[in-house]
Amino acid sequence: MKKVVINGDFAASYGALSAEVKFIAAYPITPQTLVVEKLSELVSDGELKASFVKVESEHSAMAACMGAEAAGVRSFTATSSQGLLLMSEVLHWSARARLPIVMSNVNRAVGPGWSIWADDTDSISQRDTGWMQVYVENNQEVYDAILMGYKISEDPGILLPTMVNLDAFFLSHTSEIVEMIDTEDVRKFLPPYDPKYKLDVNDPHAFGALTSPEYYYEFTVKIHKAMIKAKRKIQEVGKEFGDKFGRYYDMTEAYKTEDADIILVTHGTIAGTAKETVDRLRAEGKKVGNLKIRYLRPFPDEQVYEHLKNAKKIVVVDRSISYGKEGAFYSETKASLFDYNLFVPTYGMIAGLGGRDVSIQTIREIVKTAEDNEPNKIFFIGEKK
Amino acid sequence: MDKEKKYEFNKTEEYPKMVVSFGSTLTNKTASWRTFKPVINEDKCIGCGICWKFCPEPAITPTNPPKIIYDYCKGCGICIVECPVNAIDKVDEKR
Repeated sequence: MKKVVINGDFAASYGALSAEVKFIAAYPITPQTLVVEKLSELVSDGELKASFVKVESEHSAMAACMGAEAAGVRSFTATSSQGLLLMSEVLHWSARARLPIVMSNVNRAVGPGWSIWADDTDSISQRDTGWMQVYVENNQEVYDAILMGYKISEDPGILLPTMVNLDAFFLSHTSEIVEMIDTEDVRKFLPPYDPKYKLDVNDPHAFGALTSPEYYYEFTVKIHKAMIKAKRKIQEVGKEFGDKFGRYYDMTEAYKTEDADIILVTHGTIAGTAKETVDRLRAEGKKVGNLKIRYLRPFPDEQVYEHLKNAKKIVVVDRSISYGKEGAFYSETKASLFDYNLFVPTYGMIAGLGGRDVSIQTIREIVKTAEDNEPNKIFFIGEKK
Repeated sequence: MDKEKKYEFNKTEEYPKMVVSFGSTLTNKTASWRTFKPVINEDKCIGCGICWKFCPEPAITPTNPPKIIYDYCKGCGICIVECPVNAIDKVDEKR
């Protein structure tokens, strides 16, 4: 085990290094990040024994990863914003082909206006592709989520890809201490990838052929069922990871929610700021808590309900908006509560769009807005009014 | 994998995880959406082979007289139009 001071991009690269990926395909130009730059270095220095393929677009990057993964080779790629959107078609294909690829995505705003700053619109718009989506809070979690991502994705009962989402700049270009796990220990946690079906000239199969209405429906149901099954697997793997390496993970992380009147529902780096703000507000006598949601897909309905059921007000923060409705995390959270017949005042807070800073002061404003206003609608926090 | 085998799945659990070796076109017939059916009138047919040449599938045999393979004919009607002696009739598909 060694400790390094690295930014979130490098934490993703080192995650792929520790997972001993054998294939990397990437488009190297904007909006690409340092993730693949570091990986190309690691490969050319011989530290990572993998094929590194430079392709002409993100669409091709994912297509190449699909080919490698279909041949039974653990693959990795990284992208961001416009690049992820260009991948959209093959994101659907890779999930439906049940190829357990892991990809890091730096959450960046989409243009125009041209932006490379933090915003969730890119990954949120790919919510229904069949990829599992995890949103991380710090650089250590970037590294850990990639290792756990392969373990969860490659489970024979699941076989769905994982997208590890990290906030632009707040993680991608900010250095933090990251503890790297020794390769031998990773190997004990993450066995080699050995799929049942793979491209093999000695055992030929047809992959992804025409599927008539007589058969297509059930294949779709199976993906949904695998996603639901993944909820338990995510918990198991998070616990196993904690037992082995000391850092426990779950689908959500509750912080001082037990007795809280107001519970913030956050994800990504905003969760870290929210927890700090919770401490300060509590010191001032306000009963506030924070529920960090790690997984958007599969969505942790049960845990969301369990942690929020005693709250008097629920305040969901989104760093994106579905135009004409509200933030996705707000919609998802409300839907979970509705499923359990829980009707609590909820507030949708849109904050930090396009990389606008979400500071402790912003979270204070969010809590104050929830205290002073009627519920069940959205508020734009930090907008110049 | 048996190419001739027709895959029968009665419930979701019986399906494979992904679409792998999910039968070939030997078992997957592709004519279920046909609305009109071309029928060759062998008395009129001169065996020129034009219908075979134009069939995009190809679902017509290069024989004299030609035979239409109804498992794959989608009923596009090109053969009906192209036949120089109007030997192919357009018949409503009844199932």
